[in-house]
Amino acid sequence: MSFIPHTTEDVADMLSVIGAARIDDLFDEIPPALVAGSLEGVPPALSEMAVGRLMSERAALDGRPLCFIGAGAYEHHIPAPVWSIATRGEFYSAYTPYQAEASQGTLQVIYEYQSMMCALTGMEVSNASLYDGASALAEACLTAVRAHRTSNSRRILVPRTVNPTYIDVARTIAGNQNVVLEPVDFDRAQGRTLVDALQPYEGSDYAAVVVQQPNYFGVLEEVDALVDWAHANDMLVIAVVNPLSLSVLKPPGEWGASGTAKRGADIVCGEGQALGVPLSSGGPYFGFMTTRMQYVRQMPGRIVGRTVDAEGREGFTLTLQAREQHIRRSKANSNICTNQGLTVTAATIYMSLLGAEGLAQVAETSMARTRELVAALTAVRGVRALFSGEGFHEAVLGFDRPVAPLLAALAQRGIQGGLDLTERFPELGPSLLVCATETKTSEDIARYARAVDELQNPAAFARGAA
Amino acid sequence: MSDNLPDDLQYTKSHEWVRTLPNGEVEIGITDHAQEALGDLVFVDVPEVGRRVAAGEACAVVESVKAASDIYSPVAGVVTASNAALAGAPELLNQAPYGEGWLLRIAVDGNRPAAALLDAGGYAAYLAEQAS
Repeated sequence: MSFIPHTTEDVADMLSVIGAARIDDLFDEIPPALVAGSLEGVPPALSEMAVGRLMSERAALDGRPLCFIGAGAYEHHIPAPVWSIATRGEFYSAYTPYQAEASQGTLQVIYEYQSMMCALTGMEVSNASLYDGASALAEACLTAVRAHRTSNSRRILVPRTVNPTYIDVARTIAGNQNVVLEPVDFDRAQGRTLVDALQPYEGSDYAAVVVQQPNYFGVLEEVDALVDWAHANDMLVIAVVNPLSLSVLKPPGEWGASGTAKRGADIVCGEGQALGVPLSSGGPYFGFMTTRMQYVRQMPGRIVGRTVDAEGREGFTLTLQAREQHIRRSKANSNICTNQGLTVTAATIYMSLLGAEGLAQVAETSMARTRELVAALTAVRGVRALFSGEGFHEAVLGFDRPVAPLLAALAQRGIQGGLDLTERFPELGPSLLVCATETKTSEDIARYARAVDELQNPAAFARGAA
Repeated sequence: MSDNLPDDLQYTKSHEWVRTLPNGEVEIGITDHAQEALGDLVFVDVPEVGRRVAAGEACAVVESVKAASDIYSPVAGVVTASNAALAGAPELLNQAPYGEGWLLRIAVDGNRPAAALLDAGGYAAYLAEQAS
């Protein structure tokens, strides 16, 4: 059977029946100004061999820079089996399958993934994943507004230490549903959100408070105090976390002083890329969300449950689907009706191969490397650590001159030095967010520090050379 | 079609029933016709006591194996009670829609009677019209 469904003659026949001269006539209600003309700059068709060669040449222009950029996407070593298993034909699909129950293996992988995310975050139920960390925060905000039993408030407190890109995305998505995100300032010396900054909102009607741990600056928030304050003021807590960090940090389900009546975050979300998904120019990644059973009906996304069939044999099924679009239509919790199947499969394999101990090793090594990096860079004249708060595997450095030219010069030397925060946080002055994971060696760090020293203090090097 | 429509209740076109209690509050549930159309109920979400609801506002959700439906408050007021037994036994809605399957009670603003409610005859006629 031909895979070209319509021949030129077929198309002409169909057009004559409906009385249209050309296919384009079917779209004539589109205003002419909006129709794309010829695509400028796109060369004529090339052969596969020519395309392959062109792309290899272009890729080579990127070089293989040493990357010290984090800010939400992290370069970790991915053991070879992860993607060789994930790309097996049985798994290699981007989607939750249609006729999902006919794909028991896929459903079981998702079920295992959900179980792992619940274990990491200290929550009771997980969905099958969302698009990415930023949209997961947007969905978490909407979930919190729906889930709050005693308040109709659509306002949420969002510290400025939450990833600003996530805030932008959450504002775009949830803002259109009248959810208002109100910023809370951070302490300039510590680089984290203090309970004092929340005091002005004491007793006010807000649905939730967002807490990112570790925060955007890599600093550890005082999560216990923030969570206790939120619950004392009848607000839910949305935790934004790096799942890898949870192998060494307290899970959000246990945040808050022990012995308090209501303990732990209520909704946990974040970006899952660190778990076995390559940086690959920004995606595809996957977002995750976990929560408590009492809020499960407010959670968006697919959920896989374990059950038994009519003969009592174990099986897996999509469950609680009355929350979803294909059942509840416009009143569904969300318009998401899929998951990031492939990257979730990779993450599940990554977590199962490393185990709790392996994940903790990656986290601890990354923390140690970042300490080493900060020590090496702050030994350079004109560079200092900006915040005193204890951190995970990122830190903010302050510079005595603009950062952009330094980053450009470092790139010339094959080093991606970090993310320039100066524009987003002008009050910090020239500032750089840096990250070192387990993929960076002491030699890499020394090379970076030496380059910064040469670029910051060229006179000293000129004298040394003379 | 069900003809189980007690005369002492009032009805809405969205298939809720309203019972006026001796203390002036109203009790709200779903009709026998509604529970039959929904099928086996598996989950009922009732509002928190103290919540203020507007007339026509979605104030509860009932979920069956095949659908989830909003329950609209026929009156404006404050929720004074919600049926906690339904959390563990949603099937009460199927078994006794006018009795143990009640959903919530509301203290109506200004004790105003609910406007535009149907009596049993009016609701029966509405159902017949819908069925034809």
